Amino acid sequence: MGPSSKSAIPASRENQINGCVVSAASGISRFLHECGNGVLPATSQEDPSCCANHRIPKCQHNEGPYLAGVGRSPVFSKSPHLSGVCAQPPTGQEASLDSRWTAAEGRERTAGGPPKALPSTGPQSLRDMPHPLAGSSSEEAVGGDSTPSPDLLTARSFGDKDLILPNGGTPAGPASPASSSSLLNRLQLDDDIDGETRDLFVTVDDPKKHVCTMETYITYRITTKSTRVEFDLPEYSVRRRYQDFDWLRNKLEESQPTHLIPPLPEKFVVKGVVDRFSEEFVETRRKALDKFLKRITDHPVLSFNEHFNVFLTAKDLNAHKKQGMALLTRVGESVKHVTGGYKLRSRPLEFAAIGEYLDTFALKLGTIDRIAQRIIKEEIEYLVELREYGPVYSTWSALEGELAEPLEGVSACIGNCSTALEELTEDMTEDFLPVLREYILYSDCMKSVLKKRDQVQAEYEAKLEAVALRKEERPKVPANVEKCQDRMECFNADLKADMERWQNSKRQDFRQLLMGMADKNIQYYEKCLMAWESIIPLLQEKQEAK
Amino acid sequence: MEQAVPDPERRLQPATLEPLGHPDAGLESAVGEEAEGARDEGPGDGTMMENNFWLKKIEISVSEAEKRTGRNAMNMQETYTAYLIETRSVEHIDGQSVLTDSLWRRYSEFELLRNYLLVYYPHIVVPPLPEKRAEFVWHKLSADNMDPDFVERRRIGLENFLLRVASHPILCRDKIFYLFLTQEGNWKETVNETGFQLKADSRLKALNATFRVKNPDKRFTELKHYSDELQSVISHLLRVRARVADRLYGVYKVHGNYGRVFSEWSAIEKEMGDGLQSAGHHMDVYASSIDDILEDEEHYADQLKEYLFYAEALRAVCRKHELMQYDLEMAAQDLASKKQQCEELATGTVRTFSLKGMTTKLFGQETPEQREARIKVLEEQINEGEQQLKSKNQEGREFVKNAWADIERFKEQKNHDLKEALISYAVMQISMCKKGIQVWTNAKECFSKM
Repeated sequence: MGPSSKSAIPASRENQINGCVVSAASGISRFLHECGNGVLPATSQEDPSCCANHRIPKCQHNEGPYLAGVGRSPVFSKSPHLSGVCAQPPTGQEASLDSRWTAAEGRERTAGGPPKALPSTGPQSLRDMPHPLAGSSSEEAVGGDSTPSPDLLTARSFGDKDLILPNGGTPAGPASPASSSSLLNRLQLDDDIDGETRDLFVTVDDPKKHVCTMETYITYRITTKSTRVEFDLPEYSVRRRYQDFDWLRNKLEESQPTHLIPPLPEKFVVKGVVDRFSEEFVETRRKALDKFLKRITDHPVLSFNEHFNVFLTAKDLNAHKKQGMALLTRVGESVKHVTGGYKLRSRPLEFAAIGEYLDTFALKLGTIDRIAQRIIKEEIEYLVELREYGPVYSTWSALEGELAEPLEGVSACIGNCSTALEELTEDMTEDFLPVLREYILYSDCMKSVLKKRDQVQAEYEAKLEAVALRKEERPKVPANVEKCQDRMECFNADLKADMERWQNSKRQDFRQLLMGMADKNIQYYEKCLMAWESIIPLLQEKQEAK
Repeated sequence: MEQAVPDPERRLQPATLEPLGHPDAGLESAVGEEAEGARDEGPGDGTMMENNFWLKKIEISVSEAEKRTGRNAMNMQETYTAYLIETRSVEHIDGQSVLTDSLWRRYSEFELLRNYLLVYYPHIVVPPLPEKRAEFVWHKLSADNMDPDFVERRRIGLENFLLRVASHPILCRDKIFYLFLTQEGNWKETVNETGFQLKADSRLKALNATFRVKNPDKRFTELKHYSDELQSVISHLLRVRARVADRLYGVYKVHGNYGRVFSEWSAIEKEMGDGLQSAGHHMDVYASSIDDILEDEEHYADQLKEYLFYAEALRAVCRKHELMQYDLEMAAQDLASKKQQCEELATGTVRTFSLKGMTTKLFGQETPEQREARIKVLEEQINEGEQQLKSKNQEGREFVKNAWADIERFKEQKNHDLKEALISYAVMQISMCKKGIQVWTNAKECFSKM
């Protein structure tokens, strides 16, 4: 009980912030409230049951350093999500792993200019999670299963907090959002969909073809603009290729296993031979990569991931890539050690429902994708016929005297209609299909996260069973089982929050997408309407003149 | 429909005229005489009133089509469609006495009427009949002659044919045409009595037979060329239009699948559900709207088809002219050679090498008596030939004059009709665009509520 109860203090404070700042801001607010309410009693420290049941927010780690920065940053509406949503239970093995990651990250940061949080924690921060909330968990990580001195921990947590939140030592104060309002307003842009404030802007553009002796590839320019403190410069511009995006996604999946990582475009979009260097392909991929980064940018947790930061800012990404190689295998082990065949005793209903939903959703999207492709195919064939149809009227007009002009008019009109149709099919191919594809891939990503969650639950249930067998001997539930439970609960919470986020953005995306489809069709018909209406007077005038 | 089976047989019997009743008989004789008289008087005598009297006095409509089964000449069972022709005769100017007459005709009788008109009025661009079998249709329409849509379109086409004949300044005064409208029984026999089949120039039917005309009339050559081109361009147009319609049909119908999938998808969505469901409904509406659109377009295709067949009628006039020219030239050639022969005999000189010349040289000279007799015969023939040539020339000039007048009339009619057709086509397209905008606007409204 010891370590967890201590950690509960800063956690609860952070949650107070959550309650104040985020409640109205995003779809996760409901969840945050739950967490906040749940943890609040834990401040008393004397209620062990509370601690045991609501430890979710305590186990912050990866996001730690960024949170420190964000706390100071005037725009921080997103940071509260972190504490509430993103929790990763520090099992011994993973915690040490994480500390390594932070260590690496810490070094990098030191080079660029260390954040204020670091000095306070001293040299330890280089290895540990510098997050104030995660202070305890980092201690845990460092010390493994050993229990550090509660006094020390508490003191440090408070110390961190003071440093991190310069605007009055009390993090719960509503002063933070108030002070940020001016900047907030400045940064509120058109793409501010759900009221969340943007303080990080990433765009992918300017694809360039590189021809080397060994290979030919495309790089894209990634421009980052941010007011976040983790970024030393207000603007970065780097070039990355598809492989690098792939690396980023793998890293994100590794370091945030409980979160839903947005999908990358398929490596090869269409079965069979596709010209990877054709303008259309590159442009479609550029859009998809841009969307990928924007989705990460908009995510309250993922956008603070250090790998993401490296990806956006590092001059030489390959150096970072090599660093990760050794660790990759270890992560793999930690995932694998969960037995896959274990049948869950009780898969929570809501996750079962999500699973079912995703199956149907993917099925329906697949159908829509096929229909959309078929429509485009039919339209292209229609276009081919129209292209032949118009000129026949021209041929005819050459035979006629009085009728020549009207026939020529009809011919031109059909020509205009075919141009409008061509635009329609192009728009649909470029704008409609990629979004569908992204969401089909998205549902795969979600299924794999769901599977991971099931594994974590399986692990917990297995451990619980093992304990139950020895219950007579040891009435107290061992700490590692508790941690396991933590992990599962954190996972559930993360996933639920991400699902809700996803549902929201899905709804918005599809509303936009389908309205866009309707708009394109309306525009097409309006162009045709104009063309046909314009030839009516031509036909009638002649009639009257006669 | 089934109970109507014995009906046609009975009605087609000459003896069973009684259902038509007396008023019809009275009308028939009254107007029939008038028609007869008009024709006898010849084209030059017709007053303006008489030129248009059909239009003024009679309203024609083909109001019904019926499927029937009967026995043909070979006593074989056959199924055919009969069309009800209704004529409303407005005897008085004030329109007080309105007599309605109706009778049934089948397609083959329309064909007979047209063949008769073609023979009797070679200088006229005779209005074409609607197609016998559905052509240039997009896949959805069946090519079955009994298909209700096809029968309906043919009914409209036949009515149009009758109206065109009735509004033609010369054709409208034909007695056979009048009887076609008014006398149900015995009509076929009456037509055959005219002996039009004998008059028919069998050479006209030989489509590909070309006669080498030395001095073709430039205008007719051009007209022939034009009708060839017109026929090819319209048939091309109709073919492509059918394919365009096919594709358009596909585009709309595939959208219908959205209707189903949106509705299925809506079942698993909470907030988006309602919007998706109703948008799906609009997609269904969109998909089904194409049926009416293309049905309307078929009318436009029929208008074009009429002119496709008109091109053939135009060609028939040109061919007739060509034949007359050919006959004329042959007659002139014959005359010229006879004149030459006569001259040779008279002067005793042989300008050209001939078998006759050789025999003369071999077997000695003819006696003067013989020669006199032969010259006399030849001179008679030359006289005859000159007369013939003169009349042929006269006939040809008359033909060209009449034909050209009708061609001019036809051109005017064509320009007018096709412009109308194009306007109605454009209006159709406009209404299609408006429908499309409406449906997508509704769908957008639903999407925006998601």
